[in-house]
Amino acid sequence: MKLILNENMDDIELTKAYNEALIAVAKENPNVVDVEADVANCIFGPNFQKEFPERYIDLGICEQSLSSVSAGMSAVGMVPFCHTFAVFASRRMCDQNYISCAYAKNNVKIVASAPGISSGENGGTHHANEDIALVRPITDITIMEPADSAAMRWAVKNAAENFGVYYIRAERYGQKRIYADDAEFKIGQANVIREGNDVTLIAEGNLMLDASLKAADLLAAEGISARVVDIFTIKPIDVDTIVKCANETGAIVTVENHSITGGLGSAVAEVLVDQFCAVPMKRIGVPNRFGEVGQIPDLQKVMHMTPEDIAAAAKTVIGGKK
Amino acid sequence: MNKEELKQLKVTALHCRQNVLRMIKANGSGHLGPAFSCLDIVTALYFHVMDVDPKNPDKEDRDRFLLSAGHKGMAQYAALAEKGYFEKEILDTFGQFKCRIPGHPDMHKLPGIEVNTGSLGHGLNLACGMALALRQDKKKSRVFALMGDGELAEGSNWEAAAIAAQYKLDNLCVIVDANGLQISGHTKDVMSYEPITDHFAGFGWAVTEIDGNNMEEVVATFDKLPLESGKPNLIVAHDIKAKGFSELEDQVGCHYWAPDQEAMARAEKELEDAIKEVLAQ
Repeated sequence: MKLILNENMDDIELTKAYNEALIAVAKENPNVVDVEADVANCIFGPNFQKEFPERYIDLGICEQSLSSVSAGMSAVGMVPFCHTFAVFASRRMCDQNYISCAYAKNNVKIVASAPGISSGENGGTHHANEDIALVRPITDITIMEPADSAAMRWAVKNAAENFGVYYIRAERYGQKRIYADDAEFKIGQANVIREGNDVTLIAEGNLMLDASLKAADLLAAEGISARVVDIFTIKPIDVDTIVKCANETGAIVTVENHSITGGLGSAVAEVLVDQFCAVPMKRIGVPNRFGEVGQIPDLQKVMHMTPEDIAAAAKTVIGGKK
Repeated sequence: MNKEELKQLKVTALHCRQNVLRMIKANGSGHLGPAFSCLDIVTALYFHVMDVDPKNPDKEDRDRFLLSAGHKGMAQYAALAEKGYFEKEILDTFGQFKCRIPGHPDMHKLPGIEVNTGSLGHGLNLACGMALALRQDKKKSRVFALMGDGELAEGSNWEAAAIAAQYKLDNLCVIVDANGLQISGHTKDVMSYEPITDHFAGFGWAVTEIDGNNMEEVVATFDKLPLESGKPNLIVAHDIKAKGFSELEDQVGCHYWAPDQEAMARAEKELEDAIKEVLAQ
């Protein structure tokens, strides 16, 4: 079955893909419910409400309740997909996600929209640059960041069909399609999007995978062959693919729409150290600073997250090889 | 309810308190005050009010009990053991490595525990989710959530108070175990949420207040549920912390008790005497 689309096709917004996927799984499973905290409009929630008015529950602006009420619904057999912005889904809901959802082994799917810098014009209050860092230490939680609409469809279906707590990051925009319509994914398996030998760019999400592919083009123009990997699930992380990339390309750059502390970069570094295969590595992502207002391309420049920044980091790590 | 049944409930509540002492004996310490104050309520729920079956703990249409104030876990274990959900020998493992009765209840370790609790401020929200989903599933099951009065200071409870009223969850009954004490002192001095009934009524709840250690009143109130159709139910149960062991009753220090042998013997003796007294009535 074909995994990569290999066509220059624009993607739909990933939140729209999420909403369509949720309606599709709700048609299959009558226990799937959409639990919201007043910001459903941002992810096309009214479409679900129109289709399943009884299974659409808006709790108002109270994210702690969003998590615990969903856990309670799960405890009597429902499959709640609870959504809010990533800033609230991680920082505000942390204790509830931990105790009521994960520790209690409930079946709650936490959907976090507008992660990282993608809340652009809303400014620093709304930039979730630490959400993965807050969620990742929680035991038995699956963290996914689908990089395009095909990956999002699979992610939602997989989350609905498998018991457990999921944290799904959903960016509000779409860049380019990466995967084939019927692509099959695996939890804990990264996908090599572009082959290369000199360095591996390990990326997460739509925005930064797109930036990494552009960086690979820039590097190719200079005769550097960069492999590009979509990590897909940040937890569990694909240890085998990371080790293989380290051994075969000898240098790694991680690329994430998140703080370089505690997210993908940290997770990859942990693998390299634990597996005794540390190679030159750099982390691209939000540096140690608060978010600020701006359009996404401007913020990418300010935070050193552009394709040019990625390409420069790649050359640095290649230069660091023994 | 006839006199004999009432007498039996009172004795059962005392047997449950004996079960709590058994757990404290095994561990050397425990939350005696909170467990003792609410045990008349918990006993009434398990032995008179709720439709539950210890032989079939996962029965589909069962009523659900949820201990929002998870640190009162010993009260629930005591009642579950007395009801026959598990062998009483398990009480002797309280607090031990990998035991099935940790300080705060775990739904995956023991039959009869519906959800995990222990972080205050989650329980009322969990109960709302359960009541909402059960109603959506067209189940007749009711949800009973026991909270502490000190716990009301957790802001997330007030989110849930609004949610329960907005969604007209009359299959939900919250009992506030209002013993007036929390770890650092009297609730009215530390952080008062009085008048509790007025606050909940303001959100649209049907509310009432009772003496939570008066079994006759407890039972009569539960028998009246739902207090009002289309409204969630709140029972503020004014009771005495550590009720049943007079030397600790209503003392700030009774929240957590690490007795020496003599103190334990005095507590055991008091309960034995109380049982004799009820039986002699």
